Amino acid sequence: MSAEAVHAESFIRRYLFSTDHKTIGKQYLLTAFFMGLFAVGWSILIRIQLAWPHANLPLLSRLFPGLYQDGVLLPERYLSLVTMHGTVMVFFVISFALVSGFGNFIIPLHIGARDMAYPVLNMLSYWTAVPACILMIASFFVPDGAAAAGWTAYPPLSALPQAVPGSGWGQTLWLLGMALFIASFTMGSLNFVTTILNLRTKGMSMFRMPLTVWTLFISSVLGILAFPALTAAAIMLLLDRHGGTSFFLPSGLVVGGQVLEHSGGTPLLFQHLFWFLGHPEVYILVLPAIGIAFDVVAVFGRRPVFGYRTSIWALLVIGVLSMIVWGHHMFTSGMNPYLGEYFSVATVAITVPFAVLGMNLIASLWRAEIRLHPAMLFALAMIAAIGLGGLGGLWLGTASSDMYLHDSYFVVGHFHFMIGVVTAFGIFAGTYYWFPKMFGRMIDQRLGKIHFWATSVGVFFAFIAMHFLGLGGVLRRTYDPTAYEYTASVTWLNLPISIALFLAAAAQVVFLVNFFWSMFRGQKAEANPWEAATLEWTTPSPAPHLNWRELPSVFRGPYEYRTDGRAAGYRSQVVPDEPPAEVRA
Amino acid sequence: MTVGSMALERFPMPPRPAEARPPYAMGLVAIIASVTMLFVAFTAALLIRRTAPDWVPIDLPGILWWNTGVILASSLTMEFSRRAIRRGATALAERWTAGAFGLGVVFLGGQTAAWLVLVEKGVFLPSSPYASFFYLLSAVHGCHLIGGLVALGWCWRKLRAGAYGAFGHRGLGHAAIYWHFVGGLWLYVFFMLGAL
Repeated sequence: MSAEAVHAESFIRRYLFSTDHKTIGKQYLLTAFFMGLFAVGWSILIRIQLAWPHANLPLLSRLFPGLYQDGVLLPERYLSLVTMHGTVMVFFVISFALVSGFGNFIIPLHIGARDMAYPVLNMLSYWTAVPACILMIASFFVPDGAAAAGWTAYPPLSALPQAVPGSGWGQTLWLLGMALFIASFTMGSLNFVTTILNLRTKGMSMFRMPLTVWTLFISSVLGILAFPALTAAAIMLLLDRHGGTSFFLPSGLVVGGQVLEHSGGTPLLFQHLFWFLGHPEVYILVLPAIGIAFDVVAVFGRRPVFGYRTSIWALLVIGVLSMIVWGHHMFTSGMNPYLGEYFSVATVAITVPFAVLGMNLIASLWRAEIRLHPAMLFALAMIAAIGLGGLGGLWLGTASSDMYLHDSYFVVGHFHFMIGVVTAFGIFAGTYYWFPKMFGRMIDQRLGKIHFWATSVGVFFAFIAMHFLGLGGVLRRTYDPTAYEYTASVTWLNLPISIALFLAAAAQVVFLVNFFWSMFRGQKAEANPWEAATLEWTTPSPAPHLNWRELPSVFRGPYEYRTDGRAAGYRSQVVPDEPPAEVRA
Repeated sequence: MTVGSMALERFPMPPRPAEARPPYAMGLVAIIASVTMLFVAFTAALLIRRTAPDWVPIDLPGILWWNTGVILASSLTMEFSRRAIRRGATALAERWTAGAFGLGVVFLGGQTAAWLVLVEKGVFLPSSPYASFFYLLSAVHGCHLIGGLVALGWCWRKLRAGAYGAFGHRGLGHAAIYWHFVGGLWLYVFFMLGAL
């Protein structure tokens, strides 16, 4: 009796309200792609505005009457676009795809479990995330438009409905959407941590887990510990907005000629609470991408990961440090210079474990037999992006240079490398790598390579160029890049940046076509098309309900490639040790 | 006996607990960690906010002392229930659990009464930063306490159905731990509001 026959359920139970971790993972992944369409679409509108700030665009005006008036993007809507692009990308695309999507799909398959520890909670987590998405999208259709206070939602801008147009209903929906997202993400993290600690199969010790699982584990712990700070901040912000309290609102605020009644609060408090989550959130997103890169580099390089254990220790150190460096986002807020000094030192200290990770990724390629599958291409390019993003981070983590670069396009370029390129490439590498296991079919490699090259050329050019805009003094969130004369020598870069990003956006169309075409029409996949050693490849593709007929036992680490010159060139984790000669005889 | 199985016998499985352990304890740890961090964040906010010149403590209603006693008694009652089920005294455990649940409801009622006392005095959420924090913290604590009540109610049903015995009452044990946690959380909140 096949696993499918055992698991005959209605369409709704199987594809909508499923408790199967693989289905939930795919649901998250597809939801992330869907939200990504919006987020990328908004960024295209932003880039059009920055490339041609004074152009008249009657077509866009007709397509988006709420955003454009007489062919011109409304300045307040520009701020909404920037805010929502950031929010949706960080929380609803990257978190969904990398952490919730791959996390749900791969953790039980990697550690030899039949499902998550709490399958129903898992389903609940997804169906809490869906209304969060709806609230975010809906905020574009309320009076005064979507939230416009930036993805960081700093008060007083975000706390006073009368402050900016987007601070009305849009900001309230933003806060409610984030509250639902946090609830959903916490349920997911709780599930991940418990599953990894409690449901590993026989022989799967912590130090035999693939690095993807390790990174997801650390991300989940960070999520459990860091997200509550944002919950607290969001509750207090909601009360400031609608309950008349003054947690974040100082006295003497004048809006529209009227002195407000609020007094005594401090907006800086919100910044601290926000970044107490906000900084770990970066690592919540970046670490799983790096974990995927390790797995992909090992499989497509046919070499064991270099320094498996040091990588784990480096990841743990990064996890701890990420919780105590949030102040480096606030150097210009007037903090005590001694405090700034501490945050600088702690931040720059993170480069040490990060250098260990980067070094181990590169060393894993030493004498490797590289197979340039799209997954491998994305993983390799990610190493370059980690390097570039990390170098920019040194400038920004040092208080003295950050004073100049703060709130400039240097920051925009930097964080787009770290939580834009690194994470997106992690999503793509993971998708190309696990596609056969997800859908039982192979994804087209030629289209994948076109996708890779177009994306890479576009994003690397654009985000490197943004660093130079920032060095030239261009401020982020500026509606009209020609507004300041002193930046005229660099703002011409906006046009090539936009063109590069349009190229990268067009590449995503190729990706989506490839994804859905291959899902239905691709070549059938065998159980282990990549000759990979980890557990998920010991079960048929697509993986059946409950994953294995009999749970596998694990006898070795996850990366035994070409270690002893065997014909197959790898040893799966389920292969037992050879008995000594006297036993064989 | 095949060669493979011989080899397995001679070279036993790697040194790792074989069968998956039940995940509930870990889930409880994660929940408590998360709620703790939430209140750490609120504490940080309170410590910063109280440095502003408009921070003037108000007289908290005296009923809060009674409420504190009630929640402590409830914690104790739940502990009796756990001790009882350990001895296998199901009927007794059922009664103690019901008592803990009842005291929890009384506590919530008392908290509401404290709010009403303040409202009577004209102290509302936006009246002063101290009042804001009192309403905020007691409300958030109350929400987590309601979660505990759901857990206790669920245990009570299981006890009535005879699902728990001396050697199988994990759910009740975990519910009791969470219940002690939210009880302690109230002590912390009350101390923080009173002492600072």
